[in-house]
Amino acid sequence: MTAAATTSHLIDVRAEFPLLARRFDDKPLVYLDSANTSQKPESVLVAMDEFARTTYAPINRSAYRLAAEATDVYEGARASVARFVNARDANEIVFTKNATESLNLVARAWGEANLREGDVVVLTHMEHHANIVPWHQLAAARGIELRWVPLTDDGELDLSGLDALLAGAKVFSFTALSNVLGTITPVRHLVDAAHAAGALAVVDACQHVPHGPTDVQAWDADFVAFSSHKMCGPSGIGALWGRAELLDATPPFLGGGNMISDVRLDGFTPAPVPAKFEAGTPPIIEAAGFGAAVDFLEGIGMDNVRRHEMTLTDYALTTLDERFGDRIRIHGPRNIEHRAGVLSFEFDDLHPHDVSQILDADNVCVRAGHHCAKPLMRLLGVTATARASLYLYNDTADVDALGDALERAGDYFAL
Amino acid sequence: MPGLDDLYREIILDHYRSPRNRGELPTPPARLAVGHNPLCGDEVTVYVDVEDGTVTDVKVSGQGCSISQSSASMMTQAVKGRSIDEVQSMIARFKSMLSINEPPPPRSSVSNGDRDGDAAASATSPGGVSGDGSELGDLEALRGVVKFPVRIKCATLAWNTLVEAIDAPIPT
Repeated sequence: MTAAATTSHLIDVRAEFPLLARRFDDKPLVYLDSANTSQKPESVLVAMDEFARTTYAPINRSAYRLAAEATDVYEGARASVARFVNARDANEIVFTKNATESLNLVARAWGEANLREGDVVVLTHMEHHANIVPWHQLAAARGIELRWVPLTDDGELDLSGLDALLAGAKVFSFTALSNVLGTITPVRHLVDAAHAAGALAVVDACQHVPHGPTDVQAWDADFVAFSSHKMCGPSGIGALWGRAELLDATPPFLGGGNMISDVRLDGFTPAPVPAKFEAGTPPIIEAAGFGAAVDFLEGIGMDNVRRHEMTLTDYALTTLDERFGDRIRIHGPRNIEHRAGVLSFEFDDLHPHDVSQILDADNVCVRAGHHCAKPLMRLLGVTATARASLYLYNDTADVDALGDALERAGDYFAL
Repeated sequence: MPGLDDLYREIILDHYRSPRNRGELPTPPARLAVGHNPLCGDEVTVYVDVEDGTVTDVKVSGQGCSISQSSASMMTQAVKGRSIDEVQSMIARFKSMLSINEPPPPRSSVSNGDRDGDAAASATSPGGVSGDGSELGDLEALRGVVKFPVRIKCATLAWNTLVEAIDAPIPT
């Protein structure tokens, strides 16, 4: 597949993202950090602004019409998000602060109620800290044992010993798409393996939901975590999808208003799901934006988003290889069927901080650092990488600009 | 926007390409400390030999970007052979040079904090020496880092680690 032949698969939505018109030094912005956080389309900005100007009020609490309208928007967003990931019921979507809080909710609320000393939780070597640290915290508090699925040399999960790792495990929590390697994991296969071992399957889909069709029923998972801000929505809101019966059986996470049916001097009765997990005033305006982001992505079609990114990823891998050969080492699988547009790389012997600094002089925004995945960094034998990540608003010109800026970085530090 | 050349001065690139005093010292008698930059995962180990209140030898190992590596390299040259008092004073001066305790001024960058008294001298001699004679010399090349606030932690990593190494007990 040549890059030229596939560019007809590209979609062109850049003009719908006002921020991407920003210029520095009178040159265009080249935003290649969407695995970190995504930019917002006009429709999301307008939805939040209009909601705040015309409809904002407390939700779930008041009889007046304005509050009822605000509640409708908030619950409408929940229904949109549920539809987007094919949940059976809108009440299977719990709004959280972000995917990190969603994973903490599982580890703390479900984990503390169900895990005992010696119980086993299986994670993988490519997890984000958000899917490691809550389990470490639980390990410290409860004495649970953590096991780790290793990786193959080309950055995929090494599943050869999976059944042995899962033997006796209570939880298998894993990413659907690595935020460092771009690897797309075989979620359904991993869920089946977890269930065969009697373990709960928890999916960190924070990088997956924004970049391709996601069907929690087809995955047959138990919990799925994701964030609004990586999928064209605002920061400050995320979601946890959970199987209804599991959410019902899980004790509350945070305590406070909104999450109770009754409070007495001698105790409290939690509210039904999902309110049970939404203590305090939630991010209401952000929910309006999250709903609008889902509408925006559905309007484009997630199959089209995925095809666009596969095309662009193929173009990036091909052109960067052609231009730089051995000077660039891009981590993760080469097969674009198995990877997304997350390109972590080493360039010459330059430190990622220096690479990103030089790239910034050409307005090319890439992340430099450990990407909240220090165990994976150690496995790769690096302290940090530079990471360019692609989204639906990027195009081949962005990739070309990355290549041009890398040439300049190489020249700058040439001995 | 400040240009790249404000950050990557030639002397910085020189120290980055040819770092001085790289390596390790036997412990004991040397003391050591390990410093981390949580932002990027960089890690440096500073080894320091102190005899009769004087830094007789210092070496740095570890990985980092051009700014952290060149700063460490220049630091080793600057502190070797100095008394602990001189070294402490130099650390304070260096960190002061890179401190941003107040929002950047609207016009060209000016000094802050305890360098205010040297404003006139600095204005005429940007790489200048302040009053008490413990000059920063080549280290002045790192002054431009202050215009790139994210990189300040890179420049100070080895220095903060040196402070810890000097205060560390001698390993047994």
